[in-house]
Amino acid sequence: MALTNRSKTVSVRQMTLAEKLYLPAIIKGLSITFSHIFKKTPTVKYPEEQREFAPVYRGMHVLKRDEAGAERCTACGLCAVACPAEAITMESAERKKGEEHLYREEKYAKIYEINMLRCIFCGLCEEACPKEAIFLTDRIVPSSFTRGEEVYGKDKLVEPIDARVDVSKRQRPEVLEFKKDKRHKHNLTYLDKQPTIGKGH
Amino acid sequence: MDPVLFKVILCLAVFAITLGIAAYSTWGERKVAAILQDRIGPDRAGKFGILQPLADGLKMFMKEEFIPAQANKWLFILGPSFFMFTAFMTGVVIPWGGSVTINGESYPLQIADINVGLLYLLAVVSVGVYGIMIGGWASNNKYSLMGALRASSQMISYEISMGLALIGLVMWTGTLSLGEIAAQQDAGYANVVYQPLGFLIFIICAFAETNRAPFDLPESEAELIGGFHTEYSSMKLGLYLFAEYINMFISSAVLATLYFGGYNFPFQHALGLGDWLPIVQVIVMFLKVFGFILFFMWVRWTLPRFRYDQLMNLGWKVMLPLALANIFITGLVMYFTGKLG
Repeated sequence: MALTNRSKTVSVRQMTLAEKLYLPAIIKGLSITFSHIFKKTPTVKYPEEQREFAPVYRGMHVLKRDEAGAERCTACGLCAVACPAEAITMESAERKKGEEHLYREEKYAKIYEINMLRCIFCGLCEEACPKEAIFLTDRIVPSSFTRGEEVYGKDKLVEPIDARVDVSKRQRPEVLEFKKDKRHKHNLTYLDKQPTIGKGH
Repeated sequence: MDPVLFKVILCLAVFAITLGIAAYSTWGERKVAAILQDRIGPDRAGKFGILQPLADGLKMFMKEEFIPAQANKWLFILGPSFFMFTAFMTGVVIPWGGSVTINGESYPLQIADINVGLLYLLAVVSVGVYGIMIGGWASNNKYSLMGALRASSQMISYEISMGLALIGLVMWTGTLSLGEIAAQQDAGYANVVYQPLGFLIFIICAFAETNRAPFDLPESEAELIGGFHTEYSSMKLGLYLFAEYINMFISSAVLATLYFGGYNFPFQHALGLGDWLPIVQVIVMFLKVFGFILFFMWVRWTLPRFRYDQLMNLGWKVMLPLALANIFITGLVMYFTGKLG
């Protein structure tokens, strides 16, 4: 009785003369390798040629500036809370007079650090951000010799004014629309969470 | 021109060409492997990686020269040198082309046309295994010894069939001189037409003698970590690897000479090449040799390695009876065609 349907009949058949000669098999093998001469190589010669990333690729983060060039980040800390790897730390500071062109709102991130060794590039920070400030880009985090170098500060994360980073792949209209949809719990910010006091229990 | 001077020039030319072809065989092997496996292969050193052999040679020289403490130092050094030496020795008897005529005097394009050229060839080839044996034994390493043992038993097993396969050819051509065998194929067909079974046995044995896949048991990387050259490093390892390619080149030349018409090509006298004929013949010879080298590589990247008992079975139970049968059949054919005289 067969317990499974995976049983195989074992054969002790002797090899036929053609098989014993090996030659037909050898010729067959040679013709297979020969046919590979005409096949295309799938190789990408890396430094010269670069494979195109998938549109959903999540690489190094960028801290965006607004159209005027002021930093969007207000150091609310939602990204740090959302981060499952606890890779993000920040310290906030108050905007002084005359710094309006640097920071969009009264509060800004004095220190903003992402530990690239801890980061798992899940993109939850980007999803959590209410200010459209942090995005994952298709840039690669380069390797380094020390662990310290892998903790990226604002010098590496904030986009330079003269070299803006394109995030249109991540900040698509559908995504923006989706983020406004308050039916999803994770799209609720602290402003939406109305205090329940006074409504009566 | 002084005949001695001509011989010296010819010697140097053959030496240099052998070295050059062996060097570029390493590059060619990697390219062939790459193409057969849908890859690109070496392409960083120069255009199409053409400078790769130079880079590899330089790398080999720059590596640490290491001799294990428990090894027999002199034998350890002798091994690769001997292997290289015997590899070069075989090139002497191969006729690379017809005779060149300079100022009314003719010079054969063969370093030494000894009348027992085939015997010399077999002798040198069988001495060649000593290089592997000495190296593997002197290393004082189990893997090396295993590799050396395999190499020796493999050589002994396949040399017999190789010699017997050649007997059929010698019976047919009636000479042991390679120069004459090549010259005979000018008229009529190449010897492979008359000795197809002999050719098959010989080429299989040539694979075994050069330690090439599917008979590369002496060095099998996976099981013996390189076999006889496990302990070797730097240029001594380089010599072993290099000598193997020289062996392959020489084997190809011997195959071309014995069975594929040597330097001869069809209608060579009807083309009216005059004094240029020997030059064209040399080119044709090398084309044939390259063809065989490519075939060697093609086979290497197609067939898996034999198991050891399969190798021995094939050598003693298949090749040997076949070679004997070949002699018998050749004799019969000669008797009935009246070639026996």
